[in-house]
Amino acid sequence: MDKQTSILAHFGGTALDILPIALIVFGFQFLALRKRLSRAPQILTGFVFVWVGLSLFLVGLDRALFPLGTLMAEQLITEDFLPELAGSDTRGWSDYYWIYLFAFSIGAATTIAEPALIAVSIKAHEVSAGRIDPFRLRMAVAFGMALGITLGTFRIITGLPLSGFILGAYAIVIVQALTTPRYIVPLAFDTGGVTTSTITVPIIAALGIGLATAIPGRDPLLDGFGMIALACLFPLITVMGYAQLGQWFGKRLEHAESDPENRG
Amino acid sequence: MAHRIRNFVLSLRSSVKDLLPVILVVAFFQLAVIRQPLPDHLDLEDLLTGLVFVIAGLTLFIKGLEMGLFPMGEGLAKAFVSRGSAPLLLTFGFCLGVGSTFAEPALLAVSGKAANAVAEAGLIATESIDIKRFQLSLRLVVAVAVGIAVVVGILRIIKGWPLHLLVIGLYSIALLLLVIAPPEIVGIAFDSGGVTTSTITVPLLTAVGVGLASTIQGRSPLLDGFGLIAFSSVMPIVFVLLFGIASFGYG
Repeated sequence: MDKQTSILAHFGGTALDILPIALIVFGFQFLALRKRLSRAPQILTGFVFVWVGLSLFLVGLDRALFPLGTLMAEQLITEDFLPELAGSDTRGWSDYYWIYLFAFSIGAATTIAEPALIAVSIKAHEVSAGRIDPFRLRMAVAFGMALGITLGTFRIITGLPLSGFILGAYAIVIVQALTTPRYIVPLAFDTGGVTTSTITVPIIAALGIGLATAIPGRDPLLDGFGMIALACLFPLITVMGYAQLGQWFGKRLEHAESDPENRG
Repeated sequence: MAHRIRNFVLSLRSSVKDLLPVILVVAFFQLAVIRQPLPDHLDLEDLLTGLVFVIAGLTLFIKGLEMGLFPMGEGLAKAFVSRGSAPLLLTFGFCLGVGSTFAEPALLAVSGKAANAVAEAGLIATESIDIKRFQLSLRLVVAVAVGIAVVVGILRIIKGWPLHLLVIGLYSIALLLLVIAPPEIVGIAFDSGGVTTSTITVPLLTAVGVGLASTIQGRSPLLDGFGLIAFSSVMPIVFVLLFGIASFGYG
């Protein structure tokens, strides 16, 4: 009974959520453009699909994705998964290795399979005339995402301020953007947005807040957020880093070939 | 009909592909590492039906966008661009940015979590109506920020302003505000920058950007379509930080 009312509430709520965008497009269509809709039945069915789909997604979010993220955070920091304390020692950041491993795996796994990233990396291969290897690019993004999320959990565990991490990461990004091969910059900025899909965001948010709630002395509000921000930032660094490494190896190779002593 | 069903199966498969890595990693940790029964407040049946809802919901949602909102938004953008009326195009872009962000599923998820956390920290009352109100204001702030980002982005394409200077400028403002904003809002603000570039906003804005850039001479559709997205991921950071300063004072 309770479950059914919650589903109904979601359907009512999402109707209000998509009402503004529906009013905007239909309003502009009829008032500003003054044109009749072509293919009206298809478009109306589309809006109904959006409504039903978004409602179902939000119900599933509450039932599965949020609880799973929180559950993982709670279970992995119980005493069973932490090394035994010697005497009166307090917990250090390195005791939480299972959390780091989980954060790294979920970041890497969700990114490698991301359809939008596969599309972008194939496009990048074409645009760069083969200089960018699509598989290595995907690995670079996945590594960045995994690194960002792992660092996010590290930050929650240690309680260090998020602003320091963001300032540091931006400093690296700006230096890289000025020194990296020009063709990679827009692509690198694009990959940051691509990695945070609609399914990954809720899981990461729940993991962060669950972790901040479960670890003593952490405030969910101060420490629970910021994982998505770092997950968007670090792919920028690894993708530009990949281009810089490629350039560096390329130069060394050229150097070695032009140097007569190194010739077979 | 057969072709429609095939299309549907294809998009269902892509939703499953999105969810599969999450399930595999969680299942691996549950079965191989944690090896404990689920706690009482969770039952497996609920989790599994929830996952089915997530897949079915996302598939329907994306299918619906492709059938309704995307072609309509694209058609409107093209019509306004070809009329060459800048005020009309800017108004339309602003409304489109606000409306599409307001309905963004990832923003709904994160703003709900944020409102609960703010209430638990005692910054707002814990009544459910106050939590709802905070969530609504946060979504409105992010939505208006994206609307303004689209306006700036369209102006940039028309006037040919350099993208990197504007983006670096906005990031510098965000970093300055980061220093003076209350620490409670910083995480939420920077997270909301990543959240806006998800399911609805990106394809719609790309359609506007590409439509506009391909009608104005000397503009590259590839670079300028991307520019709108870059703005709409920084602008919410700036606006949510300002919103935090306005509601909770300086940090």
